[in-house]
Amino acid sequence: MSRHTLSVLVENKPGVLARVSALFSRRGFNIDSLAVGQTEHDDISRMTIVVSVEELPLEQVTKQLNKLVNVLKIVELDTSQSVQRELMLIKVKADSDSRSHVLELVQLFRARCVDVASDAVTIEVTGTPDKLEAFVKVLEPFGIKELVQSGMVAIGRGARSITDRSLRALDRTA
Amino acid sequence: MTERMTGAQALVRALEHVGVDTVFGIPGGAILPAYDPLYDSTKVRHVLVRHEQGAGHAAEGYAQATGKVGVCMATSGPGATNLVTPIADAYMDSVPIVAITGQVASGAIGTDAFQEADISGITMPITKHNFLITNADDIPRTIAEAFHIASTGRPGPVLVDISKDALQADTTFSWPPVMQLPGYRPVTRPHSKQIREAAKLIAEARRPVLYVGGGVHKSGASPELLRLAELTNIPVITTLMARGTFPDSHPQHMGMPGMHGSVTAVGALQKSDLIIGLGVRFDDRVTGQLSSFAPYAKVVHADIDPAEISKNRHADVPIVGDCKEVIADLIGAVEATGRQGDYADWWKLLNGMKETYPLGYEEFEDGSLAPQYVMERLSAIAGPDAYYVAGVGQHQMWASQFIGYENPGTFINSGGLGTMGFAVPAAMGAKMGRPDSTVWAIDGDGCFQMTNQELATCALEGVPIKVAVINNGNLGMVRQWQTLFYDQRYSNTDLQTTRRIPDFVKLADAYGCVGLRCERPEDVDATIKKAMEITDVPVVVDFVVHQDAMVWPMVAAGTSNDNIKIARDMAPNWESEDE
Repeated sequence: MSRHTLSVLVENKPGVLARVSALFSRRGFNIDSLAVGQTEHDDISRMTIVVSVEELPLEQVTKQLNKLVNVLKIVELDTSQSVQRELMLIKVKADSDSRSHVLELVQLFRARCVDVASDAVTIEVTGTPDKLEAFVKVLEPFGIKELVQSGMVAIGRGARSITDRSLRALDRTA
Repeated sequence: MTERMTGAQALVRALEHVGVDTVFGIPGGAILPAYDPLYDSTKVRHVLVRHEQGAGHAAEGYAQATGKVGVCMATSGPGATNLVTPIADAYMDSVPIVAITGQVASGAIGTDAFQEADISGITMPITKHNFLITNADDIPRTIAEAFHIASTGRPGPVLVDISKDALQADTTFSWPPVMQLPGYRPVTRPHSKQIREAAKLIAEARRPVLYVGGGVHKSGASPELLRLAELTNIPVITTLMARGTFPDSHPQHMGMPGMHGSVTAVGALQKSDLIIGLGVRFDDRVTGQLSSFAPYAKVVHADIDPAEISKNRHADVPIVGDCKEVIADLIGAVEATGRQGDYADWWKLLNGMKETYPLGYEEFEDGSLAPQYVMERLSAIAGPDAYYVAGVGQHQMWASQFIGYENPGTFINSGGLGTMGFAVPAAMGAKMGRPDSTVWAIDGDGCFQMTNQELATCALEGVPIKVAVINNGNLGMVRQWQTLFYDQRYSNTDLQTTRRIPDFVKLADAYGCVGLRCERPEDVDATIKKAMEITDVPVVVDFVVHQDAMVWPMVAAGTSNDNIKIARDMAPNWESEDE
């Protein structure tokens, strides 16, 4: 199985997230990651969905997604042709002895320390899933107390925008 | 032109504007505001059914008999959940219906209020689309959108759930509203390159077959299909959803494919080198075991729903478009090639199969009634201009096999979902849509007991349908599987209706219908004729048939079409005819 990143433009309406996520589960697909938020246009939300699936079933799920009335457009983003980022917040044990070691790693990974307590620090880090995985690995020896991460968001490289044409479709009906 | 009115009035006005003349439903608390203006409408006739499931199937029957959108209405909670089965049925068979349900007041949504059910959530996977309206201003636009979505592209059910306060609130009504469906753009024009490619394959093929499904009739493409078939001289098979789309009597018709298809139709698929699938979805009941389905065939697959193409079987030439346009374009492209395929050997093989393995059945030595004989006589006496509406099970298969269909849309049944209890309410809907036609519901005794309460509706509303109950005292199709695959252990399939519990003749009488009974072959014609003569009230005929009658041919579930049996342990000998 291979990982695919789908950018799905949807109408910004209640229940759309449920329609999309339910479609994946009832057609037997597991979502690895899902992120959703507004775009530059108030009426359009954008979902970034990462699925592990073969080519053929991916085509089927894309076609099924396209049938949802609230779905405006689906684009598969190639890893090499897009920028992909996840955000992670990690609470790591760090007392006066270990804190400097932890902060060194924070610097190496271009992460940021966003909260400090006497026996822990909270770190914010963004990057590709690979980078975040590597970061977690080096922090593990210190003791990870809590970890939370966002779904992946992704955008195509270059000047083109995938929202242009969908916006025109919206304007026509407005 | 704008007018002040309540949300409920706007709803009824919108229904009138989209051309609704019949609504099947039952009122209740949350939908009650809508029933008040409905009472005054001179354009919309509301038919008070006895169970919401009946309303849903009636809407389906109406839609399938007329080609218009069927409408059903129910209240919140249990009223709405009773619509779930017909909505799922309409989804599977692509039947355009709009279901309108009342919802608890918007402020109470999510509080587990009395008669609250999240019906838009519940029906999300079984509707083409659904709406929850909590603002009266949205009602006219949403109704317009619902009817547009239900009836265009691949047709299907749309549910509109309206909160009680939205029905009661004041709003302004103007028509037509501007629809806001930026993500809904069905493709109906086929790609000309794909059409040319298909025409090329048709000319090159030696063993082509036109595999015709429900989509062809839904797009009104029967005349085009006939032209294409006669132009190319390609054999035609019609699925359960397409019976009548191509005339049964036509020499190029090879029958129905699938689990209970004719040997010739199943054989045509298995031996073909080119399948031209039109408005079909390569359903498992047609393909049997997918890996051994039509192993030598290239596939041209045309459907209005891109998601159907290459879903089950890879399409060598995918064509997205409305079947009417696809077939019309194919005719043009085939004519343009100026080539006629050489199918002489193919026809020899198929005609040989057709002659050797016609559909048949066994008569019983004890003089009891064979259900297939009832179908043959119904077909002969009621004729091809009648509508036949079947439930699900053995009787449905016999109705498909032994009734001759000559006109598109004259066989209405529950194909994809396989909903027992479909026949009586769907026949009621069909009869209301086609009041001048004879409508026969063909039902099993099991199915009939699930929805026969709508006989009361038929009797009171003046809907004189005829019901042929094929009464074998059992859940016959399940019993057949128990006979074949469960060592004749008849676990819970004996309904004992041959003991007259209930007595269907008395039941018919109790519902204000005429009840007739027929138990011997020699009485069949007279009974059917008598039923045909009664045109003012519904008629129920209890055909008491032998419980051991089975549906043949049969491809056992999950096995290859190559293992088709024409009777128990009897396989057709294809190979010897195949040089």
